[in-house]
Amino acid sequence: MLWIDCPWCGARPESEFRYGGEAHIARPDPATTDDAGWGDYLFMRSNPKGVHAERWMHREGCRRWFNALRDTVSNDVLTIYPMGTPRPDAPGDEAEGG
Amino acid sequence: MRFRLKEGGRIDRAQRLRFTFNGRSYEGYAGDTLASALIASGTHLTSRSFKYHRPRGILTAGAEEPSALVQLGEGARTEPNLRATQVELYDGLTAAGVNAWPSANCDLAAWTGRLAPLFPAGFYYKTFLWPASFWKSLYEPAIRRMAGLGRAPEAPDPDSYDKMNIHCDVLVVGGGPAGISAALAAGEAGARVMLVDDEATLGGALVGLRHRVDGVDGAAWAQAAAGRLAAMEEVRVLTRTTLFGYYDHNSLSAFERRTDHLGPGAPAGTSRQRLWNIKAGRVVLATGAHERPLVFADNDRPGILLASAAQRYLNQYAALPGERAVLFTNNDAAYEVAHDIVEAGGTVGAVVDCRPEPAAPLAPALKEAGVALHTGSAIAATHGTKRVRSVTVAKLDGDGGLSGEQYRIFCDSVLVSGGWNPAVHLFSQSAGKLTYEEARGIFLPGTATQALEVAGAANGSFGLAACLAEGAAIGARAAEAAGFGDGTPPPAPPVEAPEPGAITPYWLAPGLKPLGHGKAKHMVDHQDDVTAADIRLAAREGFRSVEHVKRYTTVGMGTDQGKTANVNGLAILADALGKTVPEVGFTTYRPPYTPVTFGALAGRDTGALMDPVRRTAMHVWHEAAGTVFEPVGQWHRPWWYPKRRDDKHAAVARECRAVREAAGILDASTLGKIDIKGPDATTLLDMVYTNAFSTLKVGRVRYGLMCGDDGMVFDDGTTARLGENHYLMTTTTGNAAHVLEWLEEWLQTEWPELKVYCTSVTEQWATVALAGPRARDVLAALAPEMALDAHSFPFMSVKEGVVAGVNARVFRISFTGELSFEINVPWSHGRRLWDALMEAGAEHGITPYGTEAMHVLRAERGFIIVGQETDGTTTPHDLGMDWIVSKKKADFLGKRAWNREDSRREDRKQLVGILTDDPKKVLPEGTQLVDKRGQPPIPMIGHVTSSYASPTLGRSIALALVKGGRARKGETIYAAPETGFLPCKITEPVFYDSEGAKRDG
Repeated sequence: MLWIDCPWCGARPESEFRYGGEAHIARPDPATTDDAGWGDYLFMRSNPKGVHAERWMHREGCRRWFNALRDTVSNDVLTIYPMGTPRPDAPGDEAEGG
Repeated sequence: MRFRLKEGGRIDRAQRLRFTFNGRSYEGYAGDTLASALIASGTHLTSRSFKYHRPRGILTAGAEEPSALVQLGEGARTEPNLRATQVELYDGLTAAGVNAWPSANCDLAAWTGRLAPLFPAGFYYKTFLWPASFWKSLYEPAIRRMAGLGRAPEAPDPDSYDKMNIHCDVLVVGGGPAGISAALAAGEAGARVMLVDDEATLGGALVGLRHRVDGVDGAAWAQAAAGRLAAMEEVRVLTRTTLFGYYDHNSLSAFERRTDHLGPGAPAGTSRQRLWNIKAGRVVLATGAHERPLVFADNDRPGILLASAAQRYLNQYAALPGERAVLFTNNDAAYEVAHDIVEAGGTVGAVVDCRPEPAAPLAPALKEAGVALHTGSAIAATHGTKRVRSVTVAKLDGDGGLSGEQYRIFCDSVLVSGGWNPAVHLFSQSAGKLTYEEARGIFLPGTATQALEVAGAANGSFGLAACLAEGAAIGARAAEAAGFGDGTPPPAPPVEAPEPGAITPYWLAPGLKPLGHGKAKHMVDHQDDVTAADIRLAAREGFRSVEHVKRYTTVGMGTDQGKTANVNGLAILADALGKTVPEVGFTTYRPPYTPVTFGALAGRDTGALMDPVRRTAMHVWHEAAGTVFEPVGQWHRPWWYPKRRDDKHAAVARECRAVREAAGILDASTLGKIDIKGPDATTLLDMVYTNAFSTLKVGRVRYGLMCGDDGMVFDDGTTARLGENHYLMTTTTGNAAHVLEWLEEWLQTEWPELKVYCTSVTEQWATVALAGPRARDVLAALAPEMALDAHSFPFMSVKEGVVAGVNARVFRISFTGELSFEINVPWSHGRRLWDALMEAGAEHGITPYGTEAMHVLRAERGFIIVGQETDGTTTPHDLGMDWIVSKKKADFLGKRAWNREDSRREDRKQLVGILTDDPKKVLPEGTQLVDKRGQPPIPMIGHVTSSYASPTLGRSIALALVKGGRARKGETIYAAPETGFLPCKITEPVFYDSEGAKRDG
């Protein structure tokens, strides 16, 4: 059971949250995105071993979405940050920001 | 109790307890376990082994027991596969060994042992390959009867169980010397501490030893410490509690047995067991160590047990293992066991030490007491059937083989010590990395990934003084990390105990014949009957990965998870592969540490409490009407209303006729209702629905389909525009929460600039659907001021007004094809509205109808149900609903995906109607459809999604998804072979009033 620091409600058990998959996947402009690009947007995710930027929603609490950096090896939640803000740096984070 | 000492031990001789084992009566004392009471009575044979039905006895004295598994109790309270070493004795206890019929003593299946050469590793995989159908019908049932362990109870569980959730600063796992001193140090610093131990009393190994702490007997010291802990306000001690799971972020689960040790004397009203979910700031693992057996020929006969177990039976339970013991060891520490036995007046025939020149400090004293020492020797054979009667001791040559010199030594017990394995199970569960120490042949905790430290024997510190010091230091550190104290440990008490001494790892003693030849078995895994020869065979057959060898041979896969077997098995595998132990690696430890009952895992969440039930405002009326309810999500919806004992079919037909010919009412309160408000509400709806809402006039209603951005339908419903920036959206009953989340997700993550609020109002509005040609007449009687004619109140519009004296919203929408009004009133007035409709409708033949009639009526009219006609791969076009997909809107969810090639395939499954040639045959829903009769395999071209006997049409109807189906109308296809290739025709998916003539009444 992960314990996640909801920015509004504080540390709460994982069972109160909904996982929202990888963060920072913006919906592309459908008019200018080709089929492969649309397929990438729908289905392709990075699935890294290490630091992962992902979305969570506190379903049984404030029902707000937020972003988190989680280490997929240790399951440590490293940072919580608001929707719409760029990915912050994390220790050992070699992926690109933004 | 022949083998019980006159005095000593930690049992209460004043309380005699009677019990029955394998049909025989025994006596024991309070403080005994089932195993100790049996050993005190001279009984070692408890059960038969899993595969070969070999006689098996008690190997250990604790949680790691692999073989003395018993079926406890009878009837509803019977429990299988309990470890006799952990079953506390109570008066009247009855138990039997598992896997033996009619009894362990006279086992009719023991012939399997004689067929042992036919049961090598991977036997099941190799033998029962073909034909596949035989596996299910023949092989598996036969194997399950022969192998397999105890029996699950068949009656409902009469006991109650609880779940507890708790936070603490420091959780200490294990109540031995290291755990006690950690808990004392952390508790004295003021931290909130939990100490969890799986035995009845604290003390751990001290209880089975004669070591002294702080000038007193070790067990007495532990008792005093327990008293000190109990007096600390912030400390909670749980005994008889197994910490079985270590999960992420220091979340742990423990299994407490509150009344099991009391048997029938358990107090009423106390839950039997509790599951503790613990969130700990820091964890101290003081889980101790398990002695490991030595692997030698026929090392599994009853009477052969671990040296430390014999020592514990002696010191804690005052029971000798037998008349005459032989000790077989590779280390100095085990000499203490022989010494204790001799001191207690027992007889040790010989000490067999595989090391050529051991220098155990206790050896001279034993020699003086007349114990023969055989150094550089091993037990090469054991003899006896239901009890070991003698052993053959052989001198080893320089290469580990037998030199030829042999002795036969008579004995009735063999005490075995191969060293100690730190109990790293929980550390490993916590995702900590293990390291291997060559010198002692043990796996030790390495790098931790969670906030924990390991103390004492679990950390490889086997000496008593080291355990106490390490526990205190780690306990004080853990408290400091939580903000209590300065991390200085209290001084450790003085001890009187021998140091652990030297050890030489020894993995496999040679037998009289080469391994795998002859009848002798070098048992590695006592529970799963896996031998050293099996592991070597797996290596010869090409298995390299330890995980594969585990699954192939089943080593470590029993209910004991190989606590006594894994390290030996691994070392034997490494040797067979010519690798080192760390190169071979280690299998993963997983929860639970020992088995946990389903009762504890379920707690109170059973029966009516398993899931909340949602009831509508009219529920009581439905109940009084004898309604059959259908669970839809958490809702209980009226399914049909039986009348005069009519069956489902008759009731549904009657309800359908009433709607088509007169008037019916349906409790539709469960439909999801979302109130949407804000200046950008219209923009949001235009994006989430496939059709346009910007063109919808205030007071009008529009049906919409919702798709994901993959273009697949996921919900449908009507949305009414109540004001310029105010909408009421309805969703399917089961999908209501999901749709609200869907809207919120897009608003918060992708379109945060939109100013919209979405609020669930499902439980604010009670809804009754009034349908049928007489619907207008019924409503008119209750809403005299509302203009109801088709011109004033057209189809797909909404009116607010007074109905039955209550402010109401009335929607003219229809899910049946008939003239229909959906009347919404505040939830608390739902029953009042229902009663008023029943009364006003009486003269028009009003009839309540349930979800089954609703399904039939909508299918007749060809209306889809999302989740029934769709399955997550269905587009609006597949459903023939192009009319609801906007061509003008530049963008909305789903649109882009339909330009993909796959969405435009001609042979996608499309919604069609199906009419069986025989109008009486109703196809089962899910029936596969094929093009022609013939021998399978036949390509499937689609499947039936909805199928009913239609009372209106007087025949069966069905909806189906068929590949390229729309172009095939009029063609004959066939239902799947199971239904006998029934011929059917593909039709339009509308069977009734395709022109919509009925909707205005």
